[in-house]
Amino acid sequence: MTQPLLSVRDLSVVFHLRRGDFTAVNSISFDIMPGEVLGVVGESGAGKSMTGTAIMGLVDRPGEVTAREILLKGERIDGLGEEAMRKIRGKRIGMVFQDPLTSLNPLYTVGEQLIETIRRHLPLSAAQARQRAIDLLADAGIPKPEERIDSYPHQFSGGMRQRVVISLALAAEPELVIADEPTSALDVSVQAQIIKVLKRLCAERGVAVMLITHDMGVIAEAADRMIVMNKGEIVETGSVADIILRPKEPYTIKLIEAIPSIKAQNPRFAAATARGEGFAADNIDTPLVSVENLVREFDLSPSMLARITGRNRKIVKAVNDVSFVIRKGQTYGLVGESGSGKSTCARMMVGLLEPTSGTVRLEGTDIWRDRNASAKRRSKIQMIFQDPYASLNPRWRVGAIIAEPMRALGISHNATEIGDRVADLLEKVRLDPAAMRKYPHEFSGGQRQRIAIARALSSQPEFIICDEPTSALDVSVQAQVLELMSQLQEEFGLTYLLISHNLAVIRQMADAVGVLHNGVLVEDGPVEDIFGAPQADYTRMLLDAVPDIAKVA
Amino acid sequence: MSELSAQAPRGPIGKIIDSDIFYSYRTSPVAIVASIVAVVLILAAVLAPWIAPYDPFNPRTLNLMDGFTKPMSESFSGNYFLMGADHQGRDVFSTILHGSRVSLFVGLSATLFSMTLGVGLGLVAGYRGGLADAVIMRVADVQLSFPAILIALLIFGVARGLIPPSQQENTALIVLVLAIGLANWAQFARTVRGATMVERQKDYVSAARIMGVNPFFILIRHILPNVVGPVLVIATIGLALAIIEEATLSYLGVGVPPTQPSLGTLIRIGQQFLFSGEWWILFFPGITLILLALSVNLLGDWLRDALNPRLR
Repeated sequence: MTQPLLSVRDLSVVFHLRRGDFTAVNSISFDIMPGEVLGVVGESGAGKSMTGTAIMGLVDRPGEVTAREILLKGERIDGLGEEAMRKIRGKRIGMVFQDPLTSLNPLYTVGEQLIETIRRHLPLSAAQARQRAIDLLADAGIPKPEERIDSYPHQFSGGMRQRVVISLALAAEPELVIADEPTSALDVSVQAQIIKVLKRLCAERGVAVMLITHDMGVIAEAADRMIVMNKGEIVETGSVADIILRPKEPYTIKLIEAIPSIKAQNPRFAAATARGEGFAADNIDTPLVSVENLVREFDLSPSMLARITGRNRKIVKAVNDVSFVIRKGQTYGLVGESGSGKSTCARMMVGLLEPTSGTVRLEGTDIWRDRNASAKRRSKIQMIFQDPYASLNPRWRVGAIIAEPMRALGISHNATEIGDRVADLLEKVRLDPAAMRKYPHEFSGGQRQRIAIARALSSQPEFIICDEPTSALDVSVQAQVLELMSQLQEEFGLTYLLISHNLAVIRQMADAVGVLHNGVLVEDGPVEDIFGAPQADYTRMLLDAVPDIAKVA
Repeated sequence: MSELSAQAPRGPIGKIIDSDIFYSYRTSPVAIVASIVAVVLILAAVLAPWIAPYDPFNPRTLNLMDGFTKPMSESFSGNYFLMGADHQGRDVFSTILHGSRVSLFVGLSATLFSMTLGVGLGLVAGYRGGLADAVIMRVADVQLSFPAILIALLIFGVARGLIPPSQQENTALIVLVLAIGLANWAQFARTVRGATMVERQKDYVSAARIMGVNPFFILIRHILPNVVGPVLVIATIGLALAIIEEATLSYLGVGVPPTQPSLGTLIRIGQQFLFSGEWWILFFPGITLILLALSVNLLGDWLRDALNPRLR
């Protein structure tokens, strides 16, 4: 058997905090073979990033790393001094981080950063290093690298920037690349390209990769072997196909079951077909909400003068002539990449942002222009936000947060009545009513999102706009929150607008779907039509790009 | 982390002792010493009428023959003066106690006034943006380009001109508070405006706007509690500044009336005797002022670090 490239034995990372020790990584051991892609997957707090950081010797106080041994090609690299470790980082172990914006220095051109790294580790002249930098950029798929090499990081898009970071990681011909969530900040279509680039470059050079991610789909597409981590320990190790198709440990089984697959048919559609009925979305029904020719422009003109004189005017149409209808009791899914205008649409429909033109009708009332429109809008529409940490006021108790809509809309002013309703709502979202006396920071992300749902329900709305309600949550928590949303929809006859970049979630939840691209609605129709037989090229591209565990070889 | 928080003690006092702020306080010797000095000085000032050994403003108890008694010695009339006596035979220790009372009163009231004004304007500027923001912040910029003491002098001078001489004695303290307060609001406004602009973007504010909560309520109930942290820090450091400004104004002779001498007034009186050897008349009020300003300032510094997670 060949010698492993990286061999980790009994690695632990302990943080000495004032309330006692917190073990982030608990005595884990694993090997990476030369040229192998090892996926490390786990939910937040599983210790996967900390493992990568510990191998590179980058854990700061109050963290403490202990290991029986960490061997890189048979040489011990644990317990080395900072000076010796710096020679290994970059030269022998390359790094790719999640946010390409912060891993490049904004004050230097990408060429300067690449050449500096190359010349520090390899004996090349300035001209040779520059040529090598250009080759690296070309390899990473950056068009016209001879020109782009002198650009600054901000002149690249997110995906292009991550290609530069990969070039930088490979610049000194390392033996191992540690990639920590390399695609999590990117759109699906870009994500697919980056995974391909990373995989191809490493295969060509025989570089091993430790790919750390929370996304099982990425692992399924890119990795050879994988490690499943939970609470600082390794739960399961094996080939990717083995673990995804035949998971052994209960934790892994639960984790994989929780992942919505883009290949799975909409459960309600499946049930309806089984009963031999038409799918509800096909029925002609009275629409609850209808959006007609909605347009929103943003004026990005450089100066006040330009706005007045009309010269150099720069107007961006964030939402361009979008129309769709949402039927009562159904879920309409709105998908699109970042910048496609999904959230701008939502803000106009909820009353936060006035449309430039076009109308949003709720039961026939124009929510922006009709008399009493704002009162109607406030009492019937509610919203659930993406980030459950920013959507709850940290200084308010949970009880006050949930009661706020009732007080604001004058539904009730009686303290006992409000208290009873809040307790009732907390039970509805499967939380202990005693939670009302606590503050938001005492809850986990999933529990906070339940509190946000309880707040949205407290004014008894008919229509709830959910803007990426689960994208800040772990998969297992996401599954619970989605299930809760479905149950509440059935119980209260709610209508949802579900905005998400996660196509699998949309397929599972929505009755009808709209696809937004650069502010234009490129496709719109019943969910199984869109996913089964997409018409627009863009939709097809989007569907193909999604990394999915069903794609495992 | 749940297993960690499980050990946290319950009850309000337990929560305070267990909090991060209190931990930071416990482990900072500077903060402990500064707070002890500040508390002693403040208590002494507040309790001045009861703990001062002599009443320095009652002419009947004064004896001119006691003038210039040295510290820690007995005077002509048999009184014991810890910090000596001034030229009129007043006990310096007692005048300091009464003087710091005036200084603290003016400092605290002025800080409260500038805080209320600055926080209010900062909230409006940060939340409304646009024209309101432009006007408020430009005024603040202009004001910050003058030395604060100059502005306080100016306001004081204008008030003197407007108020009839017969009323000047009674209104002097109020005018002083207004002058110092108006000179210092801009710092508060700037900080609060920045913090408000950050909070305004957050989803909990959007949620409140969706429900149609009125903007005043959003500002007071939602945003204000989330921006008080930095305000407390500026207020503490501002208190030390206000005390020094009051002393400066009184030293220049435009501050408190001579019937209610503050630390600044005492220093002005004391400096006349510095070169004739009666150093104690200047020295003790000066030291008190330094200790008071320094301890409050150090507390402000500590509070700023304790509330800033990035510096931990």
